[in-house]
Amino acid sequence: MQRFTKTTLLAGTVMASATAAGAVDIEYWQYIYETRVEAVDQLIAQFEEANPYINVEQVTFPYADYQTRVVAANLAGNGPDVLQMFYGWTDGFVNGNVLQPLPQDLFPAAQIEADFFPIVTAMKRGDDYYGLPTAVRSLALFYNKDLFAAAGIDNPPETLDELVETAKQLTEKDEGGNYTTVGLTVEMGGQDHQWWREVLVRQFGGVPYSGDFSTVTYNDAAGIAATQWYTDLTTVHEVGYTGFMDEGQAAFRAGRAAMTIDGTFRLGSFADITDFEWGVAELPANADGLRSNYASYFANGIGAGAEGEELEAAAKFLAYLSSPEAMALWLEVVGELPARPEVALTEQNLADPIYAPFLKGLEYAQTTTFVDEQGQRQVTMDMANRIFLQGQSVEDSVAEAAAAEQAIIDRAR
Amino acid sequence: MTHTSPHTAPRLSMRTRRAIWVWAFLALPVLFYSVIRFYPTIDAFRLSFTDWNLMSEPSYIGLQNYRDMFASAEFWKVFRNTFAYLIIGTPISLILSFVIAYFLDRVRFGHTFLRALYFLPFITTASAMGWVWRWFYQPAPTGVINSVLGAVGMGQLDFLRSTTWALPSIMVTAIWAGLGFQIIIFMAGLRSIPQTYYEAAKIDGVGDFAVLRKITLPLLKPTTVFLVVFSSIGFLRIFDQVYNMTTNDPGGPLGTTKPLVLMIYQTAFNSYQMGAAAAQTVVLFTILLVISLLQLWILRTR
Repeated sequence: MQRFTKTTLLAGTVMASATAAGAVDIEYWQYIYETRVEAVDQLIAQFEEANPYINVEQVTFPYADYQTRVVAANLAGNGPDVLQMFYGWTDGFVNGNVLQPLPQDLFPAAQIEADFFPIVTAMKRGDDYYGLPTAVRSLALFYNKDLFAAAGIDNPPETLDELVETAKQLTEKDEGGNYTTVGLTVEMGGQDHQWWREVLVRQFGGVPYSGDFSTVTYNDAAGIAATQWYTDLTTVHEVGYTGFMDEGQAAFRAGRAAMTIDGTFRLGSFADITDFEWGVAELPANADGLRSNYASYFANGIGAGAEGEELEAAAKFLAYLSSPEAMALWLEVVGELPARPEVALTEQNLADPIYAPFLKGLEYAQTTTFVDEQGQRQVTMDMANRIFLQGQSVEDSVAEAAAAEQAIIDRAR
Repeated sequence: MTHTSPHTAPRLSMRTRRAIWVWAFLALPVLFYSVIRFYPTIDAFRLSFTDWNLMSEPSYIGLQNYRDMFASAEFWKVFRNTFAYLIIGTPISLILSFVIAYFLDRVRFGHTFLRALYFLPFITTASAMGWVWRWFYQPAPTGVINSVLGAVGMGQLDFLRSTTWALPSIMVTAIWAGLGFQIIIFMAGLRSIPQTYYEAAKIDGVGDFAVLRKITLPLLKPTTVFLVVFSSIGFLRIFDQVYNMTTNDPGGPLGTTKPLVLMIYQTAFNSYQMGAAAAQTVVLFTILLVISLLQLWILRTR
């Protein structure tokens, strides 16, 4: 009996070490967000089944210190083999040697550009791609169907003028003049700064930045008109104000905001609203029918430290993460839109009342290259606040914002 | 000592052996403090002369970080905010906590219960308090305070959305949160004053106010010194309340509530300018040092 046990143990050890010798272990890093972690777990299971000699370990950190962790681990020489990153971090990560370019033989640039939505080029530096997204995000107008029905409004607004009119009809105040329901949330700190920058500025005839994002170009008549229109929502039309119910999304959730502009990433948290029906519509066009949108994404890249067979395994895993199969799973589990048009623009998705407006937005979406997203967002928030709280003229406030943002860009370059 | 056999350790005096024991036990905390406290502090000085984004190697740029910082209007606004928290917050919180402690000390009925009530905010998580107060400060009809103001026919205050009122609004919560601790310390100080002084004063027929001025306050000085320094450091390092009450626009509308620590955090972990953040840290360190030394000197026992 004892001998039998010994033999079994020995055999087990030999087998285990044989597997270990042939196996490649790689680490995949992303931040903690329940559905994303779950989706990656499922993808790893499927990947390992198809590639039994590769073990992928998922490592996660809270979002607040994710970027710092990646950078610190990279400095210490034990960074991830494959990592998820916001497209806006690319410059820093490439210059700081956190990432290595995707191997061109496996990921030819022409193929990538043919297969993915055009916004993928935000991951390109020179001739090299530094990452590929699984899913992409865009903006849309969320509206409270119950409030619309109560006010006798059938459809969400199609144009900016209609948006103002609809918002006015839906805004309610009590006898003391306090808002009880806002027609539209007005909050630069939310997604409005993206809406203002890439949508409103363009709809009023401008362009927010030069082609290489090195120069701020919204300090002109168009930028001023867009800002005037935006701040008029509070100061003239009185359809909402910053800080109502603390946050725009909280107001919408509570049924106290008739409309709010937000992204695909909000679908998950709005899904459990049970008090009322809500719908999604494309962002309103301007009077000439011009539409725009802001799209962003998290991409997967290969860590600078991966080499040899680990690099090979990492490239294989990354290819799988950007495959049509993975994108379909991601849409199902996380609710974010596939980054390949062939998977995204299916008949089924285009007929889906929730996904369709976001998908249409992707076709004409812009992707800003940020050097310091939070800093640049703060500039836009301060621009609006100077008008709202200090009564500064729109012209002066836009000029001040453009100078402040230019300084941030210059410092980073 | 000349006869010591080579096999036994050299005989050490009692005093030396005790010193070795003491240092053996102290070695761990000393090492710990050196590695996680003193080394980073000293390194911050070095980093403040560099340009470093965490990813590339730090490059030496001399005093550039300091020049940029002193030339920036935002830094001076944050500097003023930090001192506003200190100069308004510390005296108000000390006077308030002394008054409460003084009277609470004389209350017999429900004494423990009242003391617990005052102490409760101190043990509550700052972030939870921050979020509750955010909703208190909302405009009517959502916010409790504005609803009450409206109900009694008074005007509305914008609180956290106002460039004037945002800082005081946050300061009120910070004072309230720290009050419990200061009351407990003041009460301990009051209890430690020997009763004989009071009895002697009673016999001599000294009035209440004179007792307070001549006996209580002077004998309470060590406690007061401790609390002044402690509370000042707390207000100079204020972060939790500000960060949690203004997460939508960190540092309040147009930076009106932003203290130095929040600025350091943003410079370091949002903009990744480690050198500039280190320079700001050096400034904060210097302010803390100077203020603490100044207070100890002013309130020293002559």
